[in-house]
Amino acid sequence: MAADKAHGTQSVGVDIPWDAVLDWGLALASSGLILSGVFFVLAGALGVLRMPDFFTRMHAAGMTDTLGAEFILFGLILQTGFSQMTLKLLLVAFFLFLTSPTATHAIANAALKSGLKPQLGTYKAPDLSQIEGSSNEADSDKAGGH
Amino acid sequence: MTDGFLLKVYVAATILLMVGMALILVRLIAGPTLYDRALAVNSFGTKIVLFLCMFSLIIGRADGVDIAILYALMNFIATVAILKFFRYRALSEPMAPLPASAKFDALRERRRNERSR
Amino acid sequence: MVRFAVVLSIIMSLYWLTLSFYFEPLIMGFGVASVLFTVGLCYRMRILDAETVPYLHMPTTLAYFRWLFVEVVKANFAVVKAVLRPDMEISPTLLTVPTPQTSDIGKTMFANSITLTPGTVSMDIGEDGILVHALLSEMANADDFKEMGERSGWSVGEETSL
Repeated sequence: MAADKAHGTQSVGVDIPWDAVLDWGLALASSGLILSGVFFVLAGALGVLRMPDFFTRMHAAGMTDTLGAEFILFGLILQTGFSQMTLKLLLVAFFLFLTSPTATHAIANAALKSGLKPQLGTYKAPDLSQIEGSSNEADSDKAGGH
Repeated sequence: MTDGFLLKVYVAATILLMVGMALILVRLIAGPTLYDRALAVNSFGTKIVLFLCMFSLIIGRADGVDIAILYALMNFIATVAILKFFRYRALSEPMAPLPASAKFDALRERRRNERSR
Repeated sequence: MVRFAVVLSIIMSLYWLTLSFYFEPLIMGFGVASVLFTVGLCYRMRILDAETVPYLHMPTTLAYFRWLFVEVVKANFAVVKAVLRPDMEISPTLLTVPTPQTSDIGKTMFANSITLTPGTVSMDIGEDGILVHALLSEMANADDFKEMGERSGWSVGEETSL
């Protein structure tokens, strides 16, 4: 497909290397997708680490499973062209898409049934300056406990 | 032409994924409840699937993706199996309330004693 | 019954071809044998019904997934913002969402969509609806859930909703 395009434009006389443009476009698109997917994965991992109780951590983990995984897999699919690898990567994406919400629901339901109480109401992270001592008196008034 | 650039992107993304895996591992070790740990195992498995896909593109062989498919399925089954095991203390029991048998009464009694101790 | 068997055989054959990608007669023969074996097992287990072989209405389901993807992206950015804020202001909320769907697969689709959207997780399903845990209180908006419920019912081919 790319070769046809290249011939079509070269006959006009404009010497644009369409193959290279297409390659670099695909490479940039897929690397953008992969890196944004990795960003979501890292944000999800950070959320799992930071959130106050189990039921809120669950949401952060779900973020990794949806956009993080799908973005990375679609970024990889852009690079494989159309081959067996593409179909297999699509299968991986499909299975993750199906199983991750079910697994999250299973864990949440088990936690609820075992009597774990979700922490409700507004929560704010404790201010670092309050924990480490009073290094920063100026903004200690906006730090709300929970 | 773009292979060198893409390889760099893949390697960078793989290293960042490993950082994410390390963060999840901290939660796995520190998690106060069992469910935090089950969640961390599940999340870790998803990251391993992504890691395997990336790795098989880095080395340029399709074999890693097969393992990734298997891992995605096994990860789900393992999560459900862990939850089921910790709810019923047996894998062969159906998803139903505990049967009122002498064996399970003894088991429950023993667990209650262990907890109160 | 025959319909389900045929659809299951087609899906299994495509799955085998995707995973093997060898087009030699011997290996294809193995594939045919294993597909027939699997369908036979399903028949013997009496699970050859609409739940094992869900007849998803492809056009509406794909349209629904496209709509859902936009919602998922929006919710993802909200959750990322909440996670990365230094003071991490969150307001976990519980609410019960009624399920207007008539079929089991519609309800499953609805509950799965709720869980798939980051920030809301379906925790339990009962007579009066789905118990949902939301990360931010503005995500626990009954109207949004109503729209999602109607659309998920419509996506599996229910006549009553939308």
